Amino acid sequence: MSTDSIEKVLDLKGLLCPIPVVKIANAIKEVEVGTVVEATATDPGVMMDIPAWCASTGNELASMEEADNVFTFRVKRLK
Amino acid sequence: MEENKPKRMAIIASQGTLDWAYPPFILASTAAAMNMEVTIFFTFYGLTLLKKDVKAKVAPQTNPAMPMRMPFGSKGFQKFTWPIPNVIMGNVPFFENMATGLMKKTFKNKNVMSIEELRQMCLDLNVKMVGCQMTMDVFGFTKEEFIDDVDIGGAASFLNFAADADIQLFV
Repeated sequence: MSTDSIEKVLDLKGLLCPIPVVKIANAIKEVEVGTVVEATATDPGVMMDIPAWCASTGNELASMEEADNVFTFRVKRLK
Repeated sequence: MEENKPKRMAIIASQGTLDWAYPPFILASTAAAMNMEVTIFFTFYGLTLLKKDVKAKVAPQTNPAMPMRMPFGSKGFQKFTWPIPNVIMGNVPFFENMATGLMKKTFKNKNVMSIEELRQMCLDLNVKMVGCQMTMDVFGFTKEEFIDDVDIGGAASFLNFAADADIQLFV
């Protein structure tokens, strides 16, 4: 289990592209560098889009898992 | 130094139908969320997407691949694609109004934002929107009909931005 502190939790269930990415982008600006935003989503597109968003913005995808069609992921703000 | 320069995306939005209204705004908001600088240049029918009240419709008779499905009823009923020949679509009065209503209902059911909401989200993310002066003159649009945050420019102003853009799209 990661020791990074979760600063913000987002419920993105039921939301479709581009909203999950936009909400993550807005949320990451509101937390301190080094802390984590955790989100749950139901759009399978996040499995591709969130890693891509992390890669292009230079933030870290700390974890991503799927259970019962719900995707839970943590993004750590690196800059 | 180059590393710190944000990436740029330049989009020309030339279509004003409800279906084609989505791609520019979806791509623009996503790119802005990826820290890119985005400008959308609205020209020809795309200009109507800048109106305060967007009245975009779909025209199924010009899009033979558009699945005609019902956004209500049982799951099986909703999955059924209605085989409506063009000759009927083109001759039933106000067919596009019905198709537009069905598409809007489908979007709402699936939790997709309206064009106005998506456009506002783009503006909140600092997407720059430019209306084409020449087509405004041709079609008789005035700046007052558009939302406040629109600049007016010509091809040169777009190309000046696009020449330095990493992504350039014509929609």
